[in-house]
Amino acid sequence: MSGSEDILETARAWRAEGERVALATVVETWGSSPRPAGSRLAVTGTGRLAGSVSGGCIEGAVADVAKQVMETGAPQLLDFGITDERAWEVGLACGGKLKVFVEPLT
Amino acid sequence: MTPETLETLQAARAARRPVALLTRLPDGAQRLHPDEALPPALAEAAEAALRDDRAGPVTAEGESWFIQPQTPPPRLIVVGAVHVAQALVPMAAAVGLAVTVVDPRRAFATEERFAGDVTLVDDWPDDALLALRPDLRTAIVTLTHDPKLDDPALDVALKSEAFYIGALGSRRTHAKRVARLTELGHGEEAISRIRAPVGLDIGAVTAPEIALSVIAQVVAARRGKLA
Repeated sequence: MSGSEDILETARAWRAEGERVALATVVETWGSSPRPAGSRLAVTGTGRLAGSVSGGCIEGAVADVAKQVMETGAPQLLDFGITDERAWEVGLACGGKLKVFVEPLT
Repeated sequence: MTPETLETLQAARAARRPVALLTRLPDGAQRLHPDEALPPALAEAAEAALRDDRAGPVTAEGESWFIQPQTPPPRLIVVGAVHVAQALVPMAAAVGLAVTVVDPRRAFATEERFAGDVTLVDDWPDDALLALRPDLRTAIVTLTHDPKLDDPALDVALKSEAFYIGALGSRRTHAKRVARLTELGHGEEAISRIRAPVGLDIGAVTAPEIALSVIAQVVAARRGKLA
């Protein structure tokens, strides 16, 4: 039942409408992260969202990075819940840690 | 992700073909297994990811990769295109089950009664189930309340590897059913695979409530939480 929602199909449909689209994927988790590795979030240039990479704690930050990724075309690998000085650093209330990979849909 | 990779993934999903997407971190280069020739360590990891239906990171030849399996959705075969089945179909689709409804009675398995993501089959239940070949990723639930329809389906279900078998009916109805299935040659252990009365005990009364209890029980079975 993993991937029961077809986020890729939604992303494809948005792309076909002429939207710019980025895909975020949970690639690794530690502790009590709410969504398992492989969970996807699709983001468009106009701010539409489908799917999730957390319980809602980091979707906003991921969407911001997704817009950069659409601009530059360069993917980014993000660490959440790990102490560092990066601007996109946000905490996870649940105390979990995760890595999210954000790539453009070309 | 390139348009070509996306198209291949979506075509595989439509064809119920398992495929693994491998993404190199952090540069995002992507490969598909088994479509492309990969170094043995990566191919093995991709094969394991498909087998376990589990995504995760792997390091091979000094490179970091993320492997995401895309396996065909598990199936739910519903025997009896009855009122509870109508409530069951959208809930099953919502939790990612591919649903087939079987009912040879002309007035039941109609497009008008079942809209959306469902396959309707009007064959006799045993023929239909044999053709559908239930496997480890298949759940089967009988809802007709009619031994003529439910029993042949359960006969085939018990000979399959289906991960869940449920049958609507009271304890009394089920006791009679057990006697009939025993006569067909099924042993006690095999028959005990049948969940009856069907569904988790949430005091369900209406058709949608019964459907909810059935779906909850199928999810519990799928996730290894069914006592």
